[in-house]
Order: sequence, then structure tokens, then C-alpha cells
Amino acid sequence: MKNQFNKITTVEKVLDLFHDGGTIMFGGFGGVGSPPSIIEGMVNKGIKDLTLIGNDTGFPHIGIGRLVANGRVKKVIASHIGSNPVAGQLMTEGILEVEFSPQGTLVERIRAGGVGIPAFLTDIGMDSEFVSTNKEKVVIKGKSYLLETALSAPISIVYAKKADEYGNLIYDKSARNTNPLVAMAGDITIAEVEEIVEVGELHPDEIVTPGVFVNYIVPTEGVNWKWVWE
Amino acid sequence: MGISIRDQMARRAAAEIKEGMVVNLGIGIPSLVPNHLPSEINVMFHAENGIVGMGPSPEHGQEDENLCNAGGYPVSLVSGGSYCDSVIAFGMIRRGIVDITILGALQVSEKGDLANWIVPGKKIPGMGGAMELAQKAKKVIVLMNHTDKAGNSKIVKECSFPLTSRACVDMIITDMAVFHVTDKGLVLSEVFKPYTLEQVRESTDCTFLCK
Repeated sequence: MKNQFNKITTVEKVLDLFHDGGTIMFGGFGGVGSPPSIIEGMVNKGIKDLTLIGNDTGFPHIGIGRLVANGRVKKVIASHIGSNPVAGQLMTEGILEVEFSPQGTLVERIRAGGVGIPAFLTDIGMDSEFVSTNKEKVVIKGKSYLLETALSAPISIVYAKKADEYGNLIYDKSARNTNPLVAMAGDITIAEVEEIVEVGELHPDEIVTPGVFVNYIVPTEGVNWKWVWE
Repeated sequence: MGISIRDQMARRAAAEIKEGMVVNLGIGIPSLVPNHLPSEINVMFHAENGIVGMGPSPEHGQEDENLCNAGGYPVSLVSGGSYCDSVIAFGMIRRGIVDITILGALQVSEKGDLANWIVPGKKIPGMGGAMELAQKAKKVIVLMNHTDKAGNSKIVKECSFPLTSRACVDMIITDMAVFHVTDKGLVLSEVFKPYTLEQVRESTDCTFLCK
């Protein structure tokens, strides 16, 4: 492979970009579609005091949940932590701060961050103090809406089925989930992929994430955890 | 709750699903609903993680780790199904494309208020996609035990747990009975064997009309 865009690199090299106290946005839903080798690298490197933004905290041994269960995370912005009892325990003990956002609102906030929109309006969560407190309300045609602000991060990590050298991505079935949105919302986006191909090999019509959003491509070593159904 | 009662509840919910509908199922008893649909019916099951046209769990050994439902368990895709990202999956919910959502609850009030995401001080899993589904699905069906483990009614005058969404539930199916939330209040439409109307009344913490 020519690597003419200098985007193809290794997990070891991209880990130099990660620092204690940093904010990381991650793709995946219950661990499905989360990048296993980057997470493994983060765990092994001992990176800590992280703020994580993503759909959920996985399971204690699956996906981003591994960082949470290892005590590396000080804050998460997520819609759900129920499948990771360690996250709940750390939150109860006051060690982990959790900011909940309804799932559709959360991903829309990430999309907004990825496409240059500072905030948007929604009526989701109007009946919930947890969601509506401290948020600006805007009235449009007599109806009240919450102003929800965009989310972005210095680093986004995603998982894809294939990348070409330019970083054009296609995903695999339901492992797509939040990945195309997270890919857009990182100042630096790192895609961990199952296969890297030369430019021109992906059909332009099938590309989901254009490579303009992707800064680095690293080959995956595959999932190294046991799924809950295994 | 015995298997037969869970299936009885799922079967009753399945009867609400009509040809051509888009349906989102919660975890637990709602996931049993497809087992009770007639084979010839065309229904698209929607999953928040980006599937329209979710099919049954594959045989053991045939699972695909990249094809799972919102609970993280392997599923399949029916002919005509598609994948999308989470924004599109929730766009479908928010703009009212999901015809029915069938979900569990901690409490439902007589006005159809739903509490199903938090037990303050005890369990705070997060709302996931429950708020969008409760607020925006055309029809919200709750499948739940009639009473909690301490024997308290889960159908109440006012929810004591924080709300997921106000006045959103259309129908409640419990192990004892079926209720509809109407402009006139809660209406009891069916009582499951072996329970009596009197037992349902004793187990329900609000008044209701009988159909």
C-alpha cells in the first residue's frame, strides 16, 4: 500500500495523541462497533482521568466499559450505563461523574458537533427535570423546546469494516450505529478498521463516511473480549 | 411470573400489531412478542442502534457480532431490512414513523404518565432511548407486572418515580388485566384468568372504568 495520504499508521503511534485528563469521543453501542485495539492500547498504556462521550459505557469487560471498569474515567456523557454495573457503582460513590442525555438527543448533539451546528431544538425530555433543568427553552410557534448544545472532542475513535487509503469508510451491519456521527465530531478522528484497501477500490456510492473526516487509519487486531451472548 | 403468563402478555400485545407496521420492542417480555405474530404478517421491527427489519436470533454458532439488537444480543435481518446510523434511527422515532413501541415500566399513572428509567437513590441506568420512544411512537404499550416485588400497585394515580414522559401510554398489559388510557380515564377491557375484577381492583392504586 502506498499510504499516499499518510493516514495509515499503527495503534502504538496514535496512542501518543492520548493524554491523561483528555476527552475522547467513541463509536459503538453496547460495545458493538467500538474499536477494540485502540481501547486495549489505552488500557495498557494506563491513560487516566478521561472524559468519555458516547452512547453507553458498554459492559465491564466489553468496549469502552473496560476503561470505566479500570477506573480510568472521571466523567462520561452518555445515554445509558445500565449494562456496566461498575459505572453505576462508581457514580454512586461519587468517583465517576455522569451526564445523561436521551439517546436520540445525544447522537444529534454529536452530529451537530460534526457538522458545524452549535445547538438545536427538541421537545424530547421536556417532561423530565433531569433533562430539562438548566437548559434554555425556546418557543417556536407557541410550543416550547429545549436548546441542546453540540458535542465534539479533540479525539474521536471509531470502528469500521473497510477504509481506503484516504480514510473513506464503510461499516458492517449494526456496528455502524454511532460511528459515522462520532467520526465527524472529532478534531482528530482515528478509524480502526478490519481491512485497508487502495483508493478506488471502494465504490464511491457505498462510502458512508467521506475520508475528509478521518485523520488516521489503524488496522484492528479484532475483538479481544467475550460477548455477553457467547 | 411463570413463562405462560409472560407469553400470555406478549400474545395480547402482539394482537395490536397490524400489517405494515413499524414496531420497536423493549427488552424483557416485549422481546417475546414476535413469537406470537402470524407468519404471514409483514412487520418491520425497528431497533434504536440502527436496524429496520430486525429478524429472529440466529441459531447457536451462526451469530454475527456486528449484527445485534439494542440490548447487545445477536439478531438477523429480514428481506427488505436496512441498516442506518443512530441519528437516522432516532429521526425515525422522533418524527413519528414508529407505529407501536412495546416497553416495560416501573409505574404508569391513570393519565398515562410513564416512569421507566430511574429509581432515585437505587438504580440509575440512564434513559437510553426510552424518552424518544415514549414521547413519539404513535402507540405506546406497556407490558409489566401489575404489582412490584413488595406487592405495591404499579398502576398509580400519580407516579412517584421521575417521569420518562407525560400522558404517553395508550395501553397497559399486566399479568392480571388489560387497560386503555382514554380521555375519560383508565378503562379496564380484559381480566386474565384466574383473576377476578375484584382482585384487579384491590391490586390497582387508582380508579378505573370497566368496558
